[in-house]
Amino acid sequence: MSLPPGLRRTPMAWAAAVMLASLVVLALVGPLVWGASADRPDASAVLQGPSVGHPFGTDNLGRDVLARVLTATRPSLLLALAAVLLGAGAGILLGASTAVLGRRARRLTAGLINLLLAFPALLVAMFLAVVFGAGAAGAMLALAAAGVPGFARLTQTLAAGVAGTDHLAAARVLGLGRLRLLGRHVLPNIAEPLLLSTTTAAGTSLVALSGLSFLGLGVQPPGYDWGQLLNQGLDRVYAEPLPALAPGLAILYAALAFQLLGEVLAGNAARRGPAPRTPAPTPAPWGSPRPKAGGGPAEEGLVLQVEDLHVELPTPDGPIRPVHGVSLALRPGEIVGLVGESGSGKSLTALAIADLLPYGARVSRRTLRLLGADLAALAPKERDRHLATGLAMIFQNPASALNPALRVATQLTEAVRAHRGASRAQATAEAAEALRRVALPPAVLRSRPHQLSGGQRQRVMIASGLMVRPGLIIADEPTTALDVTVQREITRLLSEIRRDTSAAILFISHDVALVGEFCESILVMYAGTIVETLPADRLADGARHPYTRALVASVPDLTADRDRPLPTIDGAPPDPLTPAPGCPFEPRCPRRRGHCADHTPPLEDLAADHRVACWYPVPVAADPETVAAS
Amino acid sequence: MTRGPTVSVPRLPRHPWTVFLGRRILRLFLSLAVVLTASFAMIRLIPGDPVRAALGVDAAPDLVAARRHALGLDTPFLTQYRHYLGGLLHGDLGTSLTTGTPVAELVRTRLPATLEIAGLAFLVTLAVALPGGLLVAVRTRDGRRPRSELAFTVVTAGLAGVPDFVLAAGLTALLAVGLQLLPVAGAAGVESFVLPVLALSLAPAAVLLRIVRMEALRVLGEDYLRTARSKRLSPARRYLRHAAPNTATAALTVAGSLLPALVAGTVLVEKVFAWPGIGSAMAQSVVAQDYPVVQAMVLVLGTTVLLAGLLVDVLLAVLDPRSAIREM
Repeated sequence: MSLPPGLRRTPMAWAAAVMLASLVVLALVGPLVWGASADRPDASAVLQGPSVGHPFGTDNLGRDVLARVLTATRPSLLLALAAVLLGAGAGILLGASTAVLGRRARRLTAGLINLLLAFPALLVAMFLAVVFGAGAAGAMLALAAAGVPGFARLTQTLAAGVAGTDHLAAARVLGLGRLRLLGRHVLPNIAEPLLLSTTTAAGTSLVALSGLSFLGLGVQPPGYDWGQLLNQGLDRVYAEPLPALAPGLAILYAALAFQLLGEVLAGNAARRGPAPRTPAPTPAPWGSPRPKAGGGPAEEGLVLQVEDLHVELPTPDGPIRPVHGVSLALRPGEIVGLVGESGSGKSLTALAIADLLPYGARVSRRTLRLLGADLAALAPKERDRHLATGLAMIFQNPASALNPALRVATQLTEAVRAHRGASRAQATAEAAEALRRVALPPAVLRSRPHQLSGGQRQRVMIASGLMVRPGLIIADEPTTALDVTVQREITRLLSEIRRDTSAAILFISHDVALVGEFCESILVMYAGTIVETLPADRLADGARHPYTRALVASVPDLTADRDRPLPTIDGAPPDPLTPAPGCPFEPRCPRRRGHCADHTPPLEDLAADHRVACWYPVPVAADPETVAAS
Repeated sequence: MTRGPTVSVPRLPRHPWTVFLGRRILRLFLSLAVVLTASFAMIRLIPGDPVRAALGVDAAPDLVAARRHALGLDTPFLTQYRHYLGGLLHGDLGTSLTTGTPVAELVRTRLPATLEIAGLAFLVTLAVALPGGLLVAVRTRDGRRPRSELAFTVVTAGLAGVPDFVLAAGLTALLAVGLQLLPVAGAAGVESFVLPVLALSLAPAAVLLRIVRMEALRVLGEDYLRTARSKRLSPARRYLRHAAPNTATAALTVAGSLLPALVAGTVLVEKVFAWPGIGSAMAQSVVAQDYPVVQAMVLVLGTTVLLAGLLVDVLLAVLDPRSAIREM
């Protein structure tokens, strides 16, 4: 038995192929080789136990049990295959024909199929086998009929999936008839899952048929199949377990062969479906290689001090370094905007600070201090407590960041109960207060997230962050998933919180206009590095990095000339898989010179609070229009 | 949208429960009608004369005629159907052809034994698969321990393919007869439950383990688990309180779909262990061609399956009200 092309030759695939091939060979040659000894009675060897001549003993007429089991491979397999082919054929025909029927007839058949599916196929098969009369043909037909509703339903579901696709709509527009649609477009597209189900059903069918024979509803003496042999063997299981075991093992072997084949085929289908998961090569818990404690000198009065942060992520095509050499510092009560395109590494920077990077990521940094404490120097338990109470994260999409199964009260109180040892009553009182802080009534405590609007959910997230009274709030695109009107409410709320609690806020966004409006200082990130840091009030016309300039120029305002196209940045960010030397912005930069492609510019002070990583910063007086236009 | 401090908590449609239960019970009645009609029609559809078949070819003609009359087989079809339904309403399930005892009596003595092993097997399936699937998902998430994952896949695929009655026969041969550890057959004491329940629950547990693991892997990748991580909650709280409830709906839906096959499986497994339930009674009467008993057993098993399905659906609707809405 050869494997279909494209099938991965895994050990499992080999095992399935070998087992199935052996079954086919047995079915072909079994009756020829062992048929004679299987039917030869021997009055001198009746009901014997295992011996050299009869490894599994003999039956009540002295016939060799093993020979009978091997010979029975053919009827057992043939009957099962016949049943599954008949059942699948009829079911697929019925299911597919409903796609051609009118709406009412389709609903009626679907209803009927559902009604029949309420009953287990084995029970239906038993019932029908009684009606059709005990015997091989009756059992086979009963089993086939019992399988029809399942296949019909599957075909119907699959066909409905295809019916919604674009190319079928196009074919319909072209005026193809229903039958042609079915034969040319629907069935070929669902052939693979149907084939897969038929394979699995072959195994089920074999087991069910053996079950019917075991009950006495299937093959009748003097004929025999595995189920019937098991029935005979079981009658004397107390005296001789082996004659009962032999046919049982045969059924088990065949069932496993089909099960394994289905597994291999399904795995193969899945592999060609969605993209494979990123393999994680080596487990790397919190910052491995583990940085030494200490790092750079601690600076007094900083909420967050990060120096030389690097993140490495595994991808199917090799490791990438989406963050390299990021340094930043926040003072109490400060709002700092971290701005950049998607993929610039700003979210990963936040996750690295909060120790929330995905599995397999590697972090290194010279310094990482939160509220003065060196995180690398803390024991894991203390570090958890320190991060949980010192830092609050607010994520992009509050609809997915809140647990749909838990009440707001639970989600608000659990952190303080775990880390501050607050009692339930005390924590609930604090939660009501936190909700009041974000202008939500205490009744929200009893709600679940799906009962709230998007803005309300983000307020709940913020309230949840406030519960631990953090020194630092990292808000990762907290307004991106929200309506524009709600965005302003959230930023205003964050400003108020900053004012009232003197927590520092690291506000991450791709929206340079929003950041410029709402933050005090701004970090501009590009391709994993910070390219410019400057006070927000200088953003509009004091930015020195060509990238910052281009970002600012791409924001439309009320004075923008609407007859001219909005300036955009040509080109794309560098591919993280193939890092090139030199300034990462060089290929897109209007001011590039030969020097830029070879040497990476360091982040250097231009003035107090203003640093830029560029060999040829834009002159301060320059008109932003010239940058965008060139 | 937020309008100041007022919060409008949207509610489900006005009478979701009435609508859900109404539809679900309507479906139950339709299915019951199928079972009733099928079980009634069975004895009439059988080719040849079931009474003669049961009594033997050399039975006296007047005895056959008397039995046929007793069964009402000599009256018009619709009259028979009316009598059948009327009899059912009074708890009359007919009379056994071989023993002459009322079938209702047989059902009353045998149904509890079947429900016991089927129910226990279902509970064992849940008790193994729900925590087990979650545990394996946690251990193998994000590509951790790829070898354990492969082993899990192969082993559960194999176990899911083990036919219940073959396992039952194997267990009997090995544990009961070979090693003489457990009772071979019959229902006597707690230890007699072990083998039938094991045989019935092994394959469903393997199937459910895989489903729960897949579902738990999906949930573990959700944003809200990252939120839980950002709160530095203990692993136990993250997995049990945050992940587990979100896997329950899918897990129970699949578990519910495994239940009918489990009930049907009792017929074969009871035969192996001579378990005094509905299934072994059905197996015996099939061989003896005692059709009134087969008819009643089909009716009882079919109804059991339908009621179990209803129970699962209602349970799901209680646990996850959204599933009730999806149903409609």
